[in-house]
Amino acid sequence: MSVSLTAPCTMGLDSVLSRRDRTPSIVSDTAAPLGDMQERERAAWMAAAQGGDRRAYERVLASSVPLIRSVARRQGVVVDLLDDVVQETLLTVHRVRHTYDPTRSYDAWLAALAGRRAIDALRSQGRRGSREVHDEHAYDTHADIDDATAATEREQEARRLREAIAALPPGQREAVEQLGLKEQSLAEASAQTGRQTGALKVNLHRAMKALRSRFHGEP
Amino acid sequence: MTEPRLPESLIQSLGDQLTPVRRLPPPWLRTLGWLLVVAVIAVGLFAHYGVSHMVQRWVAEPDIAVAGVGAVMTAVCAAWAAFSLGVPGRSWRWTLLPLPWLLVWVGASGLGCMHDWLGPSAHVAKFNEASDCLVFIISFSVPLSALLIWLLRRAYPLRPVLAAIMVGLASAAASAALLEICHAFAVAATDLLTHAMAVGIVVVLNALMGGRLLQPALK
Repeated sequence: MSVSLTAPCTMGLDSVLSRRDRTPSIVSDTAAPLGDMQERERAAWMAAAQGGDRRAYERVLASSVPLIRSVARRQGVVVDLLDDVVQETLLTVHRVRHTYDPTRSYDAWLAALAGRRAIDALRSQGRRGSREVHDEHAYDTHADIDDATAATEREQEARRLREAIAALPPGQREAVEQLGLKEQSLAEASAQTGRQTGALKVNLHRAMKALRSRFHGEP
Repeated sequence: MTEPRLPESLIQSLGDQLTPVRRLPPPWLRTLGWLLVVAVIAVGLFAHYGVSHMVQRWVAEPDIAVAGVGAVMTAVCAAWAAFSLGVPGRSWRWTLLPLPWLLVWVGASGLGCMHDWLGPSAHVAKFNEASDCLVFIISFSVPLSALLIWLLRRAYPLRPVLAAIMVGLASAAASAALLEICHAFAVAATDLLTHAMAVGIVVVLNALMGGRLLQPALK
């Protein structure tokens, strides 16, 4: 998807200051007029969404997904994590939609948020990478995973995990059940439980920490 | 991942939660709001100390007048930069805006200091007087920084430490400018050093604490 990051109507000083800071590589010069039009459309939809127009909001979010993916790919986010970055960026857009100024570039605003969430994903991937065993290595080491003994061990582990989850405080248990076991999105879990997405994330984080500590003795 | 995590599902959930939002006022308008408070303090100080005292010093030593204008402009530009950094998509180059005025402020203060060395006829600061300046700048900077951080609470600074440094610079420069109203002596090396130290303390404290306070609460 080719889009322009040129502001539809930028103000003097900031446009000078931001000119070299804009995201350049998703811009195609030949498709610039079309890109401009699409961006103006997105800016108008977001402005309407700030006023509570649900249809415009869903349109602008849907139209933002390819842009978020493009920004995340450029930042070096691996394909497996692209959906996470998209989801986190859409949640951030929802949270800070009041900071968008309709006289300025929607795409530059979105690219800044997506870039931030992409960096978060890369950092979290780096942290996980230092703890986890790579798939290829795990496969070589545990090639006999499907034998009967291993199956019994897995069942026992699953039972222990269920017991550990049941022993968590109610808020943490709820977060693990909704986000981890039922694989719901934050927004859906939030709608179902009536809790803030931030609270759900914190509870999930605490629950994971408690479970890791219980099974691996990690702090 | 399973169906519910697809962006379409999330977009629908976010659409369900959509409510109209109040847009963040533009950075220049929020800067004006903060400057209004600084102006009210200045009026209070003028009412107490009078204008003639400051004017006489400025006529006797024009360098101090230039330094005062430099401090005021540094405060204006740094506050504007802080508010601009609170909007996603705005360039980090906003932080360069106060630098020329900072140079004017420091340069003119240094010149005044040199003049006093060459012709030391004026009353220059003793150590305890200079330390009064430190207390004045820091005690005025605390509420002015707190006000700026409060005004930034609805913003979303993607570079919170940089924004906090601008907050510190704005409040320290504004406090130094307010000090000009009641400054009782010529700029000497001890005084200049104290001013620089006070500004440094305020900026560093803001960078350390403000960065945390302004950290986007979306983890």
